[in-house]
This record gives sequence, structure tokens and C-alpha cells, in this order.
Amino acid sequence: MVVSMEALRVEARYAPGDILQLWKRNMLAYRRQPDLLVFSTIQPVMFVLLFAYVFGGAIQTGPVDYIDFLLPGILAQSVLFGSTQTGVGLAVDVTSGMIDRYRTLPMARSAVVAGRILADTTRNVFVVGLMLGVGFLIGFRYHGTVAGAIAMPFVAVLFGQTFCWISAAIGTSVRRAETAQVASFVWLFPLVFVSSVFVPVETMPDWLKVVAENSPVTHTVNAMRGLALGTDFWEPLLKALGWMAGIMAVFVPLAVWRYRSIQ
Amino acid sequence: MGPGANGQAPIVVVRDVHKSFGDVHALAGVSLEIERGTVLGLLGPNGAGKTTLVRVLTTLLDPDDGSATVAGYDVRRERTRVRPLIGLAGQSAAIDDTLTGRENLEMVANLYHMGRALAASRAGELLARFDLLEAADRAARTYSGGMRRRLDLAASLVADPEVLFLDEPTTGLDPQARLELWTVIRELVATGTTVLLTTQYLEEADQLADEIVVIDHGRIIAQGTAADLKARSGGEHLTVRVSDLAALEQVREVLEAEGDGPPTVDDATGTVSVAVSNGPARLAGVVRRLDEAAVAIADIGLRQPTLDEVFLSLTGHRAEGEPAGTLTGAG
Ligand SMILES: Nc1ncnc2c1ncn2[C@@H]1O[C@H](COP(=O)(O)OP(=O)(O)OP(=O)(O)O)[C@@H](O)[C@H]1O
Ligand SMILES: [Mg+2]
Repeated sequence: MVVSMEALRVEARYAPGDILQLWKRNMLAYRRQPDLLVFSTIQPVMFVLLFAYVFGGAIQTGPVDYIDFLLPGILAQSVLFGSTQTGVGLAVDVTSGMIDRYRTLPMARSAVVAGRILADTTRNVFVVGLMLGVGFLIGFRYHGTVAGAIAMPFVAVLFGQTFCWISAAIGTSVRRAETAQVASFVWLFPLVFVSSVFVPVETMPDWLKVVAENSPVTHTVNAMRGLALGTDFWEPLLKALGWMAGIMAVFVPLAVWRYRSIQ
Repeated sequence: MGPGANGQAPIVVVRDVHKSFGDVHALAGVSLEIERGTVLGLLGPNGAGKTTLVRVLTTLLDPDDGSATVAGYDVRRERTRVRPLIGLAGQSAAIDDTLTGRENLEMVANLYHMGRALAASRAGELLARFDLLEAADRAARTYSGGMRRRLDLAASLVADPEVLFLDEPTTGLDPQARLELWTVIRELVATGTTVLLTTQYLEEADQLADEIVVIDHGRIIAQGTAADLKARSGGEHLTVRVSDLAALEQVREVLEAEGDGPPTVDDATGTVSVAVSNGPARLAGVVRRLDEAAVAIADIGLRQPTLDEVFLSLTGHRAEGEPAGTLTGAG
């Protein structure tokens, strides 16, 4: 693999337009694949309802209503699960030969991965908005500042975007849709459940608590809760942003490298 | 890189290209040249290295050793120069199933940075040319195998490539669709496009290619026009099929006397086959003799040698992988 000045020039000149083309293509695909739409919308909504009504009564969250506690967590959970679609989509492009087509075109290399993540992030914006709406209907209320209320879903989307890069690295490595799906959920499930997404971490056994307290998911969810409930948010927010920056620093180059090594 | 027959430098030059995947030497030193405006047929059985060579030439795969240029640009160091000049229709159609035929072509045109208006008109033009207008606004997932092939070929032509790479373009097509695709390829060549076409069928190479390169195990084992290759594999074959297997030996004796070499006998299908020159005259002779011997003939005919027979004569071994079979039996 030789990286020439010429290639960098192509990259700089065409990347924005090409990313937009790939974004458009992926958005069209989302719209036309009802199963994907169901996966990315109905499932998270169902989670909100199930947790709010089935577990809500059993989980003690102190002075805070469970739905107020739950919603930030479940937003984070949804964007995390949704991020697996980045890797699945890229793996499908590899197996279908679409990537070969792209790679013979004089287009920006970065556009395939970046366009995919931009589309997945757009979908996350939509999913987060929808869940907020459902949340409001069943009693969720903001208790903090207006700025906090605006920032809360934004943090969720940013968090999802970060994990899309991990997913992209997986998808471009395993290169098979089913494998990409399984390879993501295997670590996502424990990551999401061993955190403050559904329950306060204080209820966990000590050894698990240590893990949960230091999880990027916990920091992110605590920051979102702080923003939504008007409680302290700076410390978890900074820790969450630190985690996101660290993950991006590792996985953006990794995903790009894995994509480039597809032959 | 001397000037070719028409005084111009060859548009594709491959020099001693090697590519291995682990222990498999997919390309073990391949060199060839393609003159501008001609069709090169790359003929070989499964696993010969055809796709690997196409992928090297279309910038998808870096060779381990050796070099290749397209229109003077190195496929490895100057891939950004090569890409605007080439089109690829790969072995499996690279189209997006969820997009319509039109959206597929417009996306490719946009990724060539043609501008919106030009992209739309170019897509429309290609849809019409490949008889896809009626299905243009339907998702490609609803297309038949032949339609997918046509759409894929259309996508490879969006930017009017100087060199078109077609990797087994007719595999999986019915005979009618195959003939239509041959016509399209001929039209492209008539307008000056250079084509590299891979195939497992001698007849296809014969129909389309100016020059044929036969590869096996990553090496070129023969090169020349279709006529050259056929001559080297004993030319035409005369084949007789009998319904009564007891008559096989009689038929073999007759063909041995009339043919140019030892006949091959296939007990399973009840056929005997021999290479012949001046086929039509020999055919008449064989029919007369078998008639005199009162042998009932189920089928008799002259045909071109199959890839299998070319291989047998060129290499002394049969083509590996799937049986090369006949053209209509492919799938
Ligand atoms: N990515 C790869 N990894 C490992 N082996 C490979 C890879 N690509 C090709 N090969 C091997 O290289 C050899 C040549 O493969 P290639 O696909 O070029 O053959 P081909 O002539 O196109 O065959 P076919 O007619 O089946 O398409 C085969 O043995 C194949 O298994
Ligand atoms: Mg092949």
C-alpha cells in the first residue's frame, strides 16, 4: 500500500462530497429496509416501556423517579446497540463486492467508512429523538437547565458515534455480517449491563462495582443524568469525553487501516 | 514497452507479476501486453489466477513482485491516475441491492465527480442502452441475474473507461443473455474501448478476443489467436454418441481410421471423439462407414475443442476445478 501525495490531494478535494454521497446511499438503504428500521426504532422504544413498567417498581433509585433515572441510560444503551450496524453494514459491503466497486472509483478512500458512520449517526439522532418523545409520554421530565436538556441527547449521539468506529474496525476485520453482529454483541452486552444504565451501581457486588464505576458507559450515563436532572455532571462528563477521545484515538486509525487492508 | 503493431505503445503492460496467498501462487510470473482498442481474452479454469490478475490491474490488489501499467500509469504507485481510466465488472455484480438501478448508476457517476446533471443524463443513457429503463426505478434486489449483470456492466461504463475489465461476464447467464452481452461488448470495442475479458470458455474467447492468453496455476501456458490455439489442440473434434454401448468399440475403430489421432472414449455418456482436420468431409465418411456397419447413431457432430481439450493438449493434464463443460451447460 503506497500512500502518495496524489492520493492525499484526491482525499482532501473529494472527501466531503463523497462522504455525502455515501451518506445518501446508506440513508436510502435504511429507509428501504423495514427490518433495519424496526431494529433501530421499535426495539429501543420497547426497551423503554419494558424497563419502565416491568422493572420500574422493583428498582430503587432513591428520590429520583425511575423513568427519569432510566431514560438517559436507555438512550446510551440504544446508541451502543445501534452502533453494531456500522460494522454489519461495512461487512455486507465487503461480501457483496460493493467495496471493490468503490475502490476502483477515483473517490476519496475515507468516504466509505465515514459516510457509513455519518448515516448511522443520523439514525441515532432520529432514534434518540423518538425515545425522548416516548419518554415524555410516559412521564419523563427534565429537572435541570435548558442547556443541560439540549446537551443530554447530544452526548448520547456523540457516544454512539464513538462506538461506531469500534464497530467499523470490527466489520472491516471480520468482513462477514453475521460475525460482525455477534462479535459486537459479545462485549457490548456485559459493557452495557455492568454499568449504571439500568440500575444504580451501588447495588452491585464489590468486584463488579469496581468495573462498573470505571466503565465509559457509566461515566457517559451519569453525565447525561446530571444534565437531565440538574445534578452534578462535570466530573462524569469530563471522564466520558476523555474515554471517547481515547477510543477515537485508537479506533479511527484502526478502522482506516483495516479498511485499507481489504484486498 | 516497445510500440505495438499499430505503432502505439500497448495500453496495458504486465511485467512478471507475482502474487501469493500463503502457499498458493495465484500469479507466478505473468507478463502480457494489450494493444489499444483490442480485446484480450484471459482463459483458464477455476483457480487459474484470472481474478487475481484483474484485481492487480484494477488497483484492488498489490502484486508481491513485478509491475503493471495502464495507459502508462503504474497500478500501484499511480492508482489515482489509473482509476479514472478503467472500468471493472467483477465476477460477482457489485451493485447495491437496496438502491434502484438508476440510483446505483447515479451514485457511481457522482463518485466520478461528474456533476449532478451529467450524472443523471449518463445514468438514463446507460439504462436505455442496457434495456433497463422499465426496471430503472425498482430496487436492484428485484432484478434477475441477467439484469444484475447488465446493471453492473453499465456501472463499469459510467465514465467511458479507456480500458474495461470484465471478469467472467457471462457466467450464470442463459444463452440468450449471453449472446446479448457479446453484442454489447462488440459495440464497445467498435467505439475504441480496450477490453480484458476473463472466461472459462474457449468459444467465448474465440467470439470476442483478438488475442487469447491461457493461464493455469498462475502461469501463462499458451498465447495466440483462437485459431492458433485450436490448431495446437488438434483443431475440430468429431464426436459420435451411440445409444447401444456395445457398439462403442466399432465406433472407436471407425474414428481411429478417419481421425487425426487416438480417439477418446467416454463410457458414461456413450461418446467417442477424435480430432479431425477437414471436418465436413470426414463427417460424411464416418456416417457412411457407420451406416455400412449398421451402427445406430444417437448423435453426431463437429465441434470446437473445449477448454478441457485445449488444456489436455497444452499441458497434458485436465483442467482442474469444475469440469469446463459446454457453453450452454454453464451456471
Ligand atoms: N484473497 C485470497 N486469499 C487466499 N487465496 C486466494 C485469495 N484470492 C485468490 N486466492 C487463491 O488464488 C488462486 C487464484 O484465484 P483466482 O480467484 O485468481 O482464480 P480464477 O482464475 O479467477 O478462478 P475462477 O474461475 O474460479 O474465478 C486460487 O487458488 C484461490 O484460491
Ligand atoms: Mg475468478
